[in-house]
Amino acid sequence: MGLVARHAEAAGIPTLCMTSAQDITRAVNPPRASFLDFPLGHTTGKPHEPDLQRQILVEALSSFETMTVPGSMKELPFRWSEDEEWKARAFAEGDDRTPRHDTPQYQDEEDRRRAEEEEGSPSCPVCRS
Amino acid sequence: MAPNGTGLAYYGKGEEPMGPVDYIPRIRDNYARLGYKTYNWVVNADTPPWAPLSKPLSRCRLGLAASGGIYVAGQVAFHYKDDASFREIPTDGDTKELRATHFAYDLSDARTDPNVVFPIDTLRRLVREGFLGGLASRFYTFMGGIYSSRRVSEDLAPRLTARFLEDGVDAVLLVPV
Repeated sequence: MGLVARHAEAAGIPTLCMTSAQDITRAVNPPRASFLDFPLGHTTGKPHEPDLQRQILVEALSSFETMTVPGSMKELPFRWSEDEEWKARAFAEGDDRTPRHDTPQYQDEEDRRRAEEEEGSPSCPVCRS
Repeated sequence: MAPNGTGLAYYGKGEEPMGPVDYIPRIRDNYARLGYKTYNWVVNADTPPWAPLSKPLSRCRLGLAASGGIYVAGQVAFHYKDDASFREIPTDGDTKELRATHFAYDLSDARTDPNVVFPIDTLRRLVREGFLGGLASRFYTFMGGIYSSRRVSEDLAPRLTARFLEDGVDAVLLVPV
C-alpha cells in the first residue's frame, strides 16, 4: 500500500497510510503513516465499536493537518487489550495464511451465484484481460 | 521479535508491553515455503514525495483505497494469487452488502463488521459531524499480497492514482491489512 501512497502523492494527492504492520510500513516509507498496534484484520478498529472506530479515524486523519515531515509515522494511542496475549500468539503461531487459490474466493455461495449472474463469468474480468 | 530477542518468553502480565509484531520475517518464511524465490522486500531509503493538504479536512473530499479484500455482493470476489484487480465500492451503498475475502488475516471480525478494515460507516459519520468535507462517490478495494512489487508500482498504483484524479479527491486514506 505504501507504493500506492507514493505514486498518488507524486501525482499531487496527499495520502495517509494506516497500518498495523509497523515494520512493513517503515520499510516502504510512505509520505504519512499512522500505526495502530492491533492484530491484523483490524487496521481501523474493533468490530461493533463505532465510537472507538471514530476516535481511531479522527486521530489518524488529523495527521493530514499536523504532519510536516515526509516519512512520518504517528503511533495511535489505543491498545487492543489490557494484556497482550494476542501478540504472544502472533509471535508463537507465525504466518497462518490460507493457500493461494487463483480462483475467486467468495464469502458465501450465494455471492458466487449473484456474481456469475451479474458478470456472466466465473473468472476475474480484470486479470483475464 | 520482542525487544529482548526471545519473542514469547518476554511476555508476562504486568511486565513491560511487547513491541510491535514483526511481520516481514514471517511473510518471508511463508513465501519460501510456497516455493517462491527469496522475497525482496520493498525498502525505500529516500525521502518520500510530499503533497501538502490544500485546505482544512472539514472542506476536503476524501478518497479511500483498502486492501482487505472487501467486495460488494454481486461483484466477482478476489482470488488469492497475485490478484492485481480492484473493485469499485459506491460510498452510498448498504454496508450489509459488503463481503470480505483474504488469505492473510482472520476474516471473522471483518465479516460481521467490515468497518474494521474498510471504515465506510465511520467516514460517513465524520462527514455528518463536519470533521470531513465529503467522500468520493466511490472507494476502491483490492487484495494486496501481490508478489511482484513492480506489478504494483507499474500497474495497480497508476490505475488507482488515475481514479483518484478522476474522482477529484483532495486527500486519500489508504488502509492495508
